[in-house]
Amino acid sequence: MLEIVAKIKEYFLKRNAVISIIFVLLCLAPLFLSDFRINLLGKFVAFAILALGIDLIWGYTGILSLGHGVFFGLGAYCMAMYLKLESSAGKVPDFMSWSGLEVMPWFWKPFASAPFALTMAILIPVLLAMIIGYLTFKNRIRGVYFTILTQALSIIFVVLFIGQQAYTGGTNGITNFKTILGFSLSDPATKLSLYYIAVLLLLAAYVFCKLIIDRRIGRVLVAIRDGENRIRFSGYNPTVYKVFVYAISAGLAGLAGAVYVPQVGIISPAEMGIIPSIEMVSWVAIGGRGTLTGAIIGAVLVNSLKSVVSESFPDIWSYFIGITFIVIVIFMPSGLVGIYQQIKKVWRNSLLLKRKEAAMKH
Amino acid sequence: MDTVLEIKDLTVSFDGFKAVNDVSTAVKKGDIHFFIGPNGAGKTTLLDAICGRVKPAAGSIFFKDCGDVTKLAEHEIVERGIGRKFQVPSVFNSITVFENMELAAEKKRTIFSTLFSKLSQEQMERIEYVLNIIGLYEKRFEKPAALSHGEKQWLEIGMLFVQQPEIMLLDEPVAGMGRKETDKTGELLKEIAKDCSVVVVEHDMDFVRDFASTVTVLHEGTLLVEGDMEEVQKDPRVIEVYLGRGGE
Amino acid sequence: METYVLQIFNGISVSSILMLAALGLAIIFGLMKIINMAHGELIMIGAYVTFVTQNIFMSYVDKDYFDIYFIFALLAAFVITAFVGYLLEITIIRHLYGRPLDSLLATWGVSLVLQQLARSIFGAPNVDVKSPTWLDGGILIWGDLQLPYKRLFIMLLVALCICGVYYFLYKTTTGRRIRAVMQNRTMAKSLGINTRKVDAMTFAIGSGLAGIAGCALTLLGSIGPTLGTNYIIDTFMVVVLGGVGTIIGTVAGAGIIGLGNTTFEFLTDASLGKVLVFSVVILFLQWKPQGFFTIKSRALDE
Repeated sequence: MLEIVAKIKEYFLKRNAVISIIFVLLCLAPLFLSDFRINLLGKFVAFAILALGIDLIWGYTGILSLGHGVFFGLGAYCMAMYLKLESSAGKVPDFMSWSGLEVMPWFWKPFASAPFALTMAILIPVLLAMIIGYLTFKNRIRGVYFTILTQALSIIFVVLFIGQQAYTGGTNGITNFKTILGFSLSDPATKLSLYYIAVLLLLAAYVFCKLIIDRRIGRVLVAIRDGENRIRFSGYNPTVYKVFVYAISAGLAGLAGAVYVPQVGIISPAEMGIIPSIEMVSWVAIGGRGTLTGAIIGAVLVNSLKSVVSESFPDIWSYFIGITFIVIVIFMPSGLVGIYQQIKKVWRNSLLLKRKEAAMKH
Repeated sequence: MDTVLEIKDLTVSFDGFKAVNDVSTAVKKGDIHFFIGPNGAGKTTLLDAICGRVKPAAGSIFFKDCGDVTKLAEHEIVERGIGRKFQVPSVFNSITVFENMELAAEKKRTIFSTLFSKLSQEQMERIEYVLNIIGLYEKRFEKPAALSHGEKQWLEIGMLFVQQPEIMLLDEPVAGMGRKETDKTGELLKEIAKDCSVVVVEHDMDFVRDFASTVTVLHEGTLLVEGDMEEVQKDPRVIEVYLGRGGE
Repeated sequence: METYVLQIFNGISVSSILMLAALGLAIIFGLMKIINMAHGELIMIGAYVTFVTQNIFMSYVDKDYFDIYFIFALLAAFVITAFVGYLLEITIIRHLYGRPLDSLLATWGVSLVLQQLARSIFGAPNVDVKSPTWLDGGILIWGDLQLPYKRLFIMLLVALCICGVYYFLYKTTTGRRIRAVMQNRTMAKSLGINTRKVDAMTFAIGSGLAGIAGCALTLLGSIGPTLGTNYIIDTFMVVVLGGVGTIIGTVAGAGIIGLGNTTFEFLTDASLGKVLVFSVVILFLQWKPQGFFTIKSRALDE
């Protein structure tokens, strides 16, 4: 019995101390923060799910996608369609009738079912990523070329979603939700539950990603980052792995979108654009690419700072994040987690040195 | 001896320039087969064509009973049993020496198996055995970035070795090595050749003399002479190619 | 039919601006593998320089000479953006060699800062630049079809710039140095070329071209702090499509993207047009993954 306790202690306190603390803090947060702040934090938790996905593909595999806003948006829109249909109570949603649409489009109908919407929120981004990933990776389009194509992807979706106003709500997006599974969205209890669901899903996403990177596939992904052509000559087909990691990461982004919408109450094409997409990458860069903990810390921290700073000094935020980002990318590529590890290393070394000196004296 | 690899009328061209021109040769089982020749002779290109890095304009390469491999992708060729080491040592720098070996050792390379399968006891033993041969056992948990140039070369050869190919293509494995390291590499090649055929591209003539069983001389993309080292060295055309140009 | 001709004509004039912007981007990328996300903001700077020049002429120069402000603005736009580019290179870009993806991210930070700077100085709302009177009107071709002088002027300007860049790269010693570094950096270095200097200068020239593009854009509409973001992705697509390191590739890429955009938009609508262009680009890359024109390399992993 004691042995098990010791093992648990070892696992959570020694090897995974930081991540354990983060989750404990997230669970305890409602005790300290106002409902408003918790709602915001819930949004950041959704972003953290997405950041995990970006970290998998960028931090570990070295593929920079600047189109993750699209996957996030697609997930969010799927969920929003469900919420909208529930609050319209079987009628044609308001924005459709404003655009002169009298009959509900066929592809909207199945979204009245929550399980279907949630499945689609993950499945559609996964499928889109698989198609785009296959077509680009198969032809060895990589590096900045791929990045630019993903940027174009995000522009296209923004333009498309704005253009098809009758089906997507245009620039305003989809909003005015009332209930989720019958529970009122304005009820604090619902909000709190949504927050805990978000935290739970983040934990699940973390465990999922951790499983991937701890297996041999994790090493294959890192090897692709180190030398994509070299891995071919160890007999691995990088295309398959790249499509796989792109799809997983798109799926996480879709899930994040689905978690985001009920908490925030609106989704619009602005969230899918290039700028939000790069911002998503900046969370991971600042937190620390190539570590799952870094991705989570980055997403929560940067967004918390953003909401605090831009509440009081909206102008300063752009300068602040711009300069921070430049400095981090140039001088501290491993981000905050990297700095933390450096400090720990220096501290440990000096401790060892002291012990040695002490031993010498005796 | 049996033929493992047969190259037939192979031509590789880059924008009209024929880097390899109508070359036919064969590699025998268990042989240490050297390709030598002056710069621009097409040695590296020939290796590239065998391992699928470049696609030939004409000709074919038959490997064992797998048929023509020129149509296959690189990783498929590796799966058939052809391993390749590059001129510049290229190993994976962010994972440990052991993990480098692990990636090469595992034969099942699908997503599913990389997610769920673990190394077998036999594979572990083989990795440790090879790590001992290449002298990196002590450093197995270090990252290759900390290794010396020679050690990186050995690591890459070791990765090929645990991959258990039937033919191994090495591009200048002793470039940048001192005499001692070179000899050690040569012994390593002999050890490897017990299980598989080795094709080497090399400039170091002493090294060729010491370890070659067959030598093929290439010149400006075409095959000049083939035979054992003694025959090749006596051939007037080879002397012409290697020395003649200097005397002009 | 007439509307289509006019559309195509407009398409060509827009794609010629893209060409100018993409040319700078492609040279920079070809030379130092830096993707400059702030390139759009350099366009924006060029546009604001034109705006400021106009204001100076309005306040300090006799009315009769107002129209020549644009010539000065063109020069000023080139010089000032080139200088901004130079400053960027020596402070930030030089840390990013060999890290193309990081360069993209860091320069995005730069673009955020520059946009905010423009907002702080000139305000968030768009401003208008009054075009010189000699560019009013147009040539009547047939019927009601009129080709505006402004757009013709832009095309002429771009053609001149491209000829200039061509001459510079292929006929001058400095240009030869740039091409040498582009093809083989280490070799050029060992031949005694100061690659640091070449890099900084190329970055400055590429930025200057963006400045001219910005100046030209003021003829087509009002300008604002986010002007650059509207063009940057199309510019990137031009580079992807045309391949890196050749002028001809950039010209071809810009032509295809510009004409494709207008044609598809004419045939369908603005939103579907963009989707179709993107699909065409992806399909094209299935056939030629490296773009139209590329410089080949034998390295295993660059």
